[in-house]
Amino acid sequence: MRVLVCVKRVPLTGGKIVLTQDAQAIETRHLGFTISPHEECGVEEAVRMVESAGGESVVLTLGPPEAAEQLRDAMALGADRAIHLVSDGEEWDPQATAGAIVDAIRADETANGPFDLVLFGNESADAGNYQVGIRVAYALSRPVATGLKGVSVERAMIRCEQEAAGGRDVYKLPLPAVLGVLEGLNLPRYPSVPAKLRAQRKPIESSSPTRPDPELEKVRLVVPEGQGKEALVLGQGPEAAPAVVAILQQIGVA
Amino acid sequence: MSVLVVVAGTPGEIEDVSLQALSLARRLAAGGPVHALTVGGGDGLADTLGEHGVSTLHVAEHEAFGTYAPAAVARATVEVVREVGPATVVAAGNERGNEVLAHVAAMTGAPFAANCVAAEPDDPMPVTRVRWGGSLLEEARLHGSPKLLTVQPHAVEAQSAPAGGAVAIEKFTPDLNEADLAVRVVERVAATTGGVSLAEARVVVSAGRGAGSPEGFAIIEELADLLGGAVGCSRAVTMAGWRPHTDQVGQTGTKIAPEIYIACGISGATQHMAGCKGAKALLAINTDADAPILASADYAVIGDLHEVVPAISAELRKARGG
Repeated sequence: MRVLVCVKRVPLTGGKIVLTQDAQAIETRHLGFTISPHEECGVEEAVRMVESAGGESVVLTLGPPEAAEQLRDAMALGADRAIHLVSDGEEWDPQATAGAIVDAIRADETANGPFDLVLFGNESADAGNYQVGIRVAYALSRPVATGLKGVSVERAMIRCEQEAAGGRDVYKLPLPAVLGVLEGLNLPRYPSVPAKLRAQRKPIESSSPTRPDPELEKVRLVVPEGQGKEALVLGQGPEAAPAVVAILQQIGVA
Repeated sequence: MSVLVVVAGTPGEIEDVSLQALSLARRLAAGGPVHALTVGGGDGLADTLGEHGVSTLHVAEHEAFGTYAPAAVARATVEVVREVGPATVVAAGNERGNEVLAHVAAMTGAPFAANCVAAEPDDPMPVTRVRWGGSLLEEARLHGSPKLLTVQPHAVEAQSAPAGGAVAIEKFTPDLNEADLAVRVVERVAATTGGVSLAEARVVVSAGRGAGSPEGFAIIEELADLLGGAVGCSRAVTMAGWRPHTDQVGQTGTKIAPEIYIACGISGATQHMAGCKGAKALLAINTDADAPILASADYAVIGDLHEVVPAISAELRKARGG
């Protein structure tokens, strides 16, 4: 089977978010980057599906030239090849992002045949727009399920599980389909050194789509004010235990 | 300007998050009519919706609404949008609200702003929405028509309308096509878990990589048990395979709201803090007095969790005379 996974490069924000002077982005000069967490599980799932059923797993990103690093990371996890939609470094709104991904999927399917599954993270860690995968599914006239923590291929169907109050809701979709997955779907493998070396030799196909005007237009980012808390230090080391228990009793949980 | 609120929860019930969405919707209507849509019943909600400012309740009826089908709810929404012509469509920013409005966005080609904490009735519409699970805010302008947005849960207070009154009920049967019904809940698997659920626990005791190993969680489990609480952990711990993902507190894990959250050896990365904003009190146990988590903590103990946590358990037993 052929599986496409769409991923996004996001900064590892650490303990405190600092913005650039113009408040258009997070100051990332001192930060590392990663694949957005839900999508990392998407990559792992695609690789496992192809390991068990044969076929090809492809990873796609829309992002700056540096996002090639995340495509290499995905290929180190086992993806076979990559498609890089190279952006100008500006953020693309969700409609524009979906449009560029749809064009890329159509082009790849014309050359290499249809994808049985297109996987997205349910929402990106940074922008959290909750819609790119669904827009892509409608443009391609494919069924879509989101919020998934379990997927398994059953012949020409895919069984999907979503956490719900008191249990799990089950969906069964015909293939080809589009899925939005969540972290917890699986535990992504830790790539071996040989896998990282192999990933350096795998192909990345690049193109540079043009960014349309945004319909959801970012004006600026704002770091929310802290709660202005100053923690009451109950003590140092184990000697603080009686003070902790007093607090627990005061709250009514001890 | 008229506004449509989509109430997409369990048929016949209205969650507080939908009432919060309704409060923001009233502001966006700026005195114009507020319409609401429910699927698979909802007549019984008319009084409550009226008290919150709804003038017309559209009740979509179809045998397909027996189980949740996101595209079917979206199709019913699009039908009401065509009939009423609202300037804005609003829903709660929970999983289902976001999913349904994303389907509406894809069906209509309209832009959609998810998880807004504020919005003003203007065109383009100024909105403030959450990023990074609430660690960052984005001010944006929403163009297009209709404008679709969801309201971040617990960001807007649910308030009843000063002039709440009678609600006109309009029932209709949406024209659902095969594709609208292709994706629907076909089965509910009951949870098999025992013990206290992390999301609902009154006390959560968590540890990060500082626990040292999967076995290092024994002292965390002991304290959680003594307090009748649940065990949590950081993302680093689940990625290492020490604990299942269901124990993870964070932006991509479980959002918790206990009476007290005891975070042991957790530095306070934004990913983690996005999951514990709902805690009423936070006690941080950390060797580093400058750890970022202390800026969000109510109480702190500076020390090694391996020494402090067993001491608290022992003190609890002593206090109970055991």
